[in-house]
Amino acid sequence: MYKILVKKQLTPLIYYMEIDAPRVAASAKPGQFLIVKSSEKGERIPLTICDYDSSKGVISIVIQIVGASSYKICMLKEGEYLDNVLGPLGKPSDFMDFTDEQLKNRRYIFIAGGVGSAPIYPQVKYLYNKGVYVDVIIGARNKDLLVMEDQMRNVCNNLYVCTDDGSKGEKGLVTNLLERLIENGEKYDSGVAIGPMVMMKFVTLSAKKYNLPLVVSLNTLMVDGTGMCGACRVSVAGKMKFACVDGPEFNAYDVDFDEAMRRQRIYNDFEDVENKKLGLDTLLKR
Amino acid sequence: MANNIGRVKVREQEPFIRGKNFEEVCLGYNSEEAILEASRCLNCKNPKCVSACPVKIKIPSFIEKIKGGNFYESFEILSEDTSLPAVCGRVCPQETQCEGSCILGIKGEAVAIGKLERFVADYVRHNPKVLKSNEIIRNGLKVAVIGSGPAGLACAYDLAKMGYDITIFESLHKPGGVLTYGIPEFRLPKAEVVEKEIDKLKDLGIKIETDVFIGRTITIDELFDQENFKAAFIGSGAGLPQFPNVIGENLNGVFSANEFLTRNNLMRAFDNEYDTPFFCGKKVCVVGGGNVAMDAARTALRCGAEVTLVYRRSEKELPARREEVHHAVEEGVKFELLTNPIEIKGDEKGWVKSIVCVRMELGEPDSSGRRSPIPIKGSEFEIETDSVIVALGTKINRIIADTTPGMEVDSKGRIIVENTATSRKGVFAGGDVVTGAATVILAMGEGRKAASAIDKYIKSLK
Ligand code: FES
Repeated sequence: MYKILVKKQLTPLIYYMEIDAPRVAASAKPGQFLIVKSSEKGERIPLTICDYDSSKGVISIVIQIVGASSYKICMLKEGEYLDNVLGPLGKPSDFMDFTDEQLKNRRYIFIAGGVGSAPIYPQVKYLYNKGVYVDVIIGARNKDLLVMEDQMRNVCNNLYVCTDDGSKGEKGLVTNLLERLIENGEKYDSGVAIGPMVMMKFVTLSAKKYNLPLVVSLNTLMVDGTGMCGACRVSVAGKMKFACVDGPEFNAYDVDFDEAMRRQRIYNDFEDVENKKLGLDTLLKR
Repeated sequence: MANNIGRVKVREQEPFIRGKNFEEVCLGYNSEEAILEASRCLNCKNPKCVSACPVKIKIPSFIEKIKGGNFYESFEILSEDTSLPAVCGRVCPQETQCEGSCILGIKGEAVAIGKLERFVADYVRHNPKVLKSNEIIRNGLKVAVIGSGPAGLACAYDLAKMGYDITIFESLHKPGGVLTYGIPEFRLPKAEVVEKEIDKLKDLGIKIETDVFIGRTITIDELFDQENFKAAFIGSGAGLPQFPNVIGENLNGVFSANEFLTRNNLMRAFDNEYDTPFFCGKKVCVVGGGNVAMDAARTALRCGAEVTLVYRRSEKELPARREEVHHAVEEGVKFELLTNPIEIKGDEKGWVKSIVCVRMELGEPDSSGRRSPIPIKGSEFEIETDSVIVALGTKINRIIADTTPGMEVDSKGRIIVENTATSRKGVFAGGDVVTGAATVILAMGEGRKAASAIDKYIKSLK
C-alpha cells in the first residue's frame, strides 16, 4: 500500500500526486517508469515518474485521465492509498552513462507532448544541474493538456510552449517549433521526444530532416513491466524488443511507429465499454 | 492389501459443464475413496517412487497413515519434505515421476500418489487443527529469496524451519509466481489452494514483499550492504516469452501464453468485477504442446472460443502432462498435430485473420533422441482464426545477472551454478532461471537443495 501524500488537480483532466514509495524513490533515475494499480481489482498501468526525492522516500507522478483505470487513480484522495507501485522499471536514459566531461559541451533539445512533460522533467533537471545546455519545447492540443510549464522553466535554458489551438503559448505544433529553432541556427547534439506515439512519430520525421539524433520513450501496453508477457513488444530496427526491459527509450529512427500505434489500440473496444460504464465517454472523446 | 482392486477413479466435473466454467476440474477423493486407494500401496521395502520424487517425499509412509485414517499424521510426514502438497498433488507430472516408478504400474495401474497427496493436504486445510510443530529456534540471520514461485517458496520454507529470517521479494502484486499468474484456476484454485499454502509459509514468519523487482527496485548488492542480508536465493523464473519468428507475429490478436494467462489468472479477466482488459476472439489458435499451451487452450475454451492447438510433433511427443492433454481433448480442443505455423495473416486493420501452417513428418532422431519434424513440401494450409496464442517457451531474463557484479552466466544467459551456488559469493540460484523452463516440482527440488547449501554457507562464515 502506497500512501498519496499530496494530490493536486492541474487541469480538468490532469492530476499531480506525491506518493510514499521509499524503495522506488531510492532507485529511480531519469528515463524510468512505474506500473501502478489503484485497487484490488484494478488494472496494472504504466505511468511515468515526474520526480523523486530519495531522502523523503517520495515520488511524484502526473497523470491524465485517459480511461477507466487512470480515472480511478485520479479519483483517489489525499491520504488514501494505491494498492501497488512497482518500479523503477526500464533502463535509465542513455546520458546517465556519460561522464560529466562527455556531457559538458553537449546541447540538448527536449520535446514533450501533453503529459510527456512529466517524464522529461527529471531528465532535463538532471542535465541542467550538470551544466548542460538544454532547451525544451512543450506542446499540447490545448491549455487543458499543458502542464509543468513553471517547474520546467526553472531547469532549462529556454522553454518554448505551443498549443494546437493557440489557447496557451504560440499556436502550432511542436514540430513547427522544432524546425523553426533549427532553421534559425540553433544547434543541438541530441534530442529527446516524449508524448503520444503519433507526436513522437512526427517529431522523428522532423528531426530526420536535420539529422538530429533523437531518442523516444515508448508508452506501449504493459502488464508486468518485467519482461514476462511480451504485451509491450515493439519492432526496433526490425528486431523484436520489449519496451519494459529493453526500453522504454529507443533510437527514434529505428522504431516502427505505425505498428506501435496499432498495437496500442488492441484493447480500445474493451476500454470503450468500460469508459461508458463510468460515464467517461463524453469526457474523453477519442 | 486390496491390490486386486483397480485404481479408484477420481471424480471430475463433466467435460461439457466444466468447459464453460473456471471451477476446478478434478474434485478429488473423499475419505473413503482415499483409504481404499491407499490400501493398494504395497509399502515396498525399497520404494522406487521416493527416488523418482524430486523432493523425496516419504511416499509409502504418508500413504500408510491414510490407510489407518490418520490424515493429520500423514500430513506431518508430507510436510517434512514439501511446503506445497495441495499444489504438487494437483500439478506434478506424476506419470513420469513417482507414479511412473510404482511397481503396480508394471502390470496394472500405479497407485494414485498425486491424488492421495492432494487429498491429505485438502483434508487438513478443510479440517484445521493445531499440529505439534517442532518449535523453531530463530537465529535472526537474514536471507533474501527472490521470486515467490515454487523454487523460492520451497527454499524459504526449509530455511525458515532452520531458523533463518526470510524475506521473499516478488515483482508482481501477488505471490506465487507461476502458481498465481500461470496455472489456471480450473487446475489450481487461487484463493482456496495457492493463497492458503502461502499463508502457511507466512505463519512460519516468512515475510513477503511484493512490488519489488530485484535489479531495478533494489539490487542484490544493496540488499547485502544496506539491509544486512547474509545470503540470497534467486528463483526468479524463466523470463521472456519466445515468439515463433514468423511474419505477422506482432499483429493485433497475437499474444504470448504468458500474457493471455496472466490477464486471466493473476488479473482475473474472466471475472467482470476486475478492470483487466482482455481479448480472446471466437476462434483461437494455440501454438505449442506443453502444459502452458494446454492451459491457454483450455482457458480460451472457457472464454467461449473454438480452439485449435497446433503442435509440430506427434501426440507421443506432446510435452504436456497426459492428464492435461486428455482433459483438453475431452473438453473439445481440436488438435492439429505434426503441424507448424509459417505465417500469420492479418486484415486491413492489422488484426489476425488466419494462420498459415505446414504439415510435418518425423525424421531421424536428433541429439536429444527425439525425432525432429521436417516440413512436407506443398502441404501448406490456412486456419481462420481471430487470435493466436503462442506457447513456445521462454528465454532468460538477464536483469538480475546484469545488475549483480561477479555473477557468471552461460551463452544463453542462464546463471551458472555449482550445486546451486553461483559464482558470486553468498548468492544461490535454482529453478527455471538456471535450468530453463521446467516443472513446478523440479523447481521446488532445486529450492530445497539451495536451502541446505545456504545453511552450510552461512555456518561456514562463523
Ligand atoms: S510488460 Fe510484460 S514483458 Fe513488458
